[in-house]
Amino acid sequence: MATTTAQTDATWRYTWGIRWRLWRRNSGEFWRDLKKHPAAIIGGVVIILYVLAAIFAPQITWHNPELGNLRNRLLPPVWMEGGSWDFPLGADAQGRDIYTRVVYGARVSLAVGVLAVGISVIVGVALGALAGYSRGSVDDVISRFADLLMAFPFLIFAIGMMAFLGPGFTNLILALTFKGWVEFFRLARGEIISEKTREYVEAARVTGRKHWQIIVHEMLPNIVQSIFVLTTLRMGFMIVTEASLSFLGLGIQPPTPAWGSMVAEGRNYLLNAWWVSTMPGLAIVGLVLAINVFGEGLRDILDPRLKIE
Amino acid sequence: MRLVKITERLLAAIPLMLGVAIIVFLFMRMTPGDPVDIMMGQSGAVTAGEIERLRSEFNLDKPLHEQLLLFLGGVARGDLGNSFQRQQPVTRLIAERLPATIELALGALIFGLLVAFPIGVISAVKQNSAIDRLSMAGAFLGISMPSFWLGILLIMLFSVNLKWLPVQGRIGSDIQLQVVTGFYTIDSILTGNWPAFISSLRHLILPSITLGAAVAAIIARVLRSSLLEILRSDYVKLARAKGASETRTVMKHALRNAMIPTVTVLGLQVGVLLGGNMIVEAVFGWPGLGRLVVDAIFNRDFPLVQGAVMVYALTFILANLIVDVLYTYLNPKIEM
Repeated sequence: MATTTAQTDATWRYTWGIRWRLWRRNSGEFWRDLKKHPAAIIGGVVIILYVLAAIFAPQITWHNPELGNLRNRLLPPVWMEGGSWDFPLGADAQGRDIYTRVVYGARVSLAVGVLAVGISVIVGVALGALAGYSRGSVDDVISRFADLLMAFPFLIFAIGMMAFLGPGFTNLILALTFKGWVEFFRLARGEIISEKTREYVEAARVTGRKHWQIIVHEMLPNIVQSIFVLTTLRMGFMIVTEASLSFLGLGIQPPTPAWGSMVAEGRNYLLNAWWVSTMPGLAIVGLVLAINVFGEGLRDILDPRLKIE
Repeated sequence: MRLVKITERLLAAIPLMLGVAIIVFLFMRMTPGDPVDIMMGQSGAVTAGEIERLRSEFNLDKPLHEQLLLFLGGVARGDLGNSFQRQQPVTRLIAERLPATIELALGALIFGLLVAFPIGVISAVKQNSAIDRLSMAGAFLGISMPSFWLGILLIMLFSVNLKWLPVQGRIGSDIQLQVVTGFYTIDSILTGNWPAFISSLRHLILPSITLGAAVAAIIARVLRSSLLEILRSDYVKLARAKGASETRTVMKHALRNAMIPTVTVLGLQVGVLLGGNMIVEAVFGWPGLGRLVVDAIFNRDFPLVQGAVMVYALTFILANLIVDVLYTYLNPKIEM
């Protein structure tokens, strides 16, 4: 089909014009709906605060996160006897400021969460779209592999992989994404299969558009909302998994501050210094709770059909 | 027809188990460098002969496809090789620890269901009441709370401060128990050993709560939402119109159907129980499979890790099979 450049440009501008107006209308609706979910708004604000704290960690803390002074060993939080504003949440067994370490710990958790989920989304959606659109043997092979990975409990699989790969940031991301893409794959594949039966896909084919163009420009925009919801809900899960691995000593290695390993370090001082384990644990619960509340709000608004677990 | 369906599921599990074995086999080949070198790294100086002996014990001196066949053959015979560190068959080590892990998982499951059922039913029947809102907020917290931290909070409260329950282990160190099945609570009943029963039960409480909290939260939410849907359906309205009491309507008509999605979700929770088990065993010093694996990882005892990951995956597949069968019995629509 021979179309001139001018023609394609015109259709391009036309379709994107429609899309822009649709997006404006939808986002207006979205904000109106969001106001009916105050919990989701609070969750969103808390997430932003965590992100800001992670970015500006050097500006809002005043101690070295990895080096302490044994003179300050197990100093209590400011509101307890012997506490001081210099160490608002107390100090750990090596005399390091817990507040500083909790703030820096947000960097690890958020980086792992965003990278692990981000890679999972890209791989999962790409493979899901490919499998769902083409069906046939490609679909069979990828789907069987996905089924196989589903036969492992997530944490067991991640622990097993870390055992053989060895600890460290890159290996952690690899272990989390190796199985993490499967859920996005299943979602995207299912959605693409049902989208493919709709008329607009047929119409796009008739106008001579290529398969990849149809998938990327026509179909993906229609399923992006449910993918976004799943992304949010998986983020909390990934952060807890990273913390669990670090707690076992298989994830981020000391002295880098990670919440999971900080909780583990505090286990020896439950009797006389409860704050060492409690503070980083609170940080995890706060972030994961905020993400989950936000994700559930998003699901109610964007995609009420989607329910996981 | 149900039998056909169940047989079909059983047969479908066989290629899955084969695939699991292959993936676990590939795990060991994923190590950066030579597995034997890494394992030897900790024990210091060894002779070249020793290394050769190990290489041939793990079949690393053979081509990859031959290694795979030997490994699969071993798995089929129930032989997962020898532990590198303990010089004992991996299967025996796992079998020794498995009862402790299953006892903990069952304790968690029982706790989870005991909490989830009343909460799920009451929240659905009294939708939007204070009880409903409070329990759903609690359920949300249960889902977002990492189990290792919950365990530590429980230890600080009930063991360190109140001194009600023990901090670690499966049974008091001063108590003698003759082991029959490996399940301490059952063994103590079988041998009529009441002090041991009380002690093992007391040791079981906190780990079960820690592991079962997430399960309780998820099941309560699913039960509530599926019950809510069913309570609005026509046949429940009919039952009410015919004058059935509210209790009878909920318990007899609605609950059975609400069980179908609940059982499905329960199957997924087995994975959570198995994975969480590693964490909870580490927190409470519970001498089960999870502790064995974590220790094995730090000792670089690769055959043991490999075997344990495999056993976990097979247990997961098996549990899901059981759930499938349960589901087939609960859902009359499946009978074709």
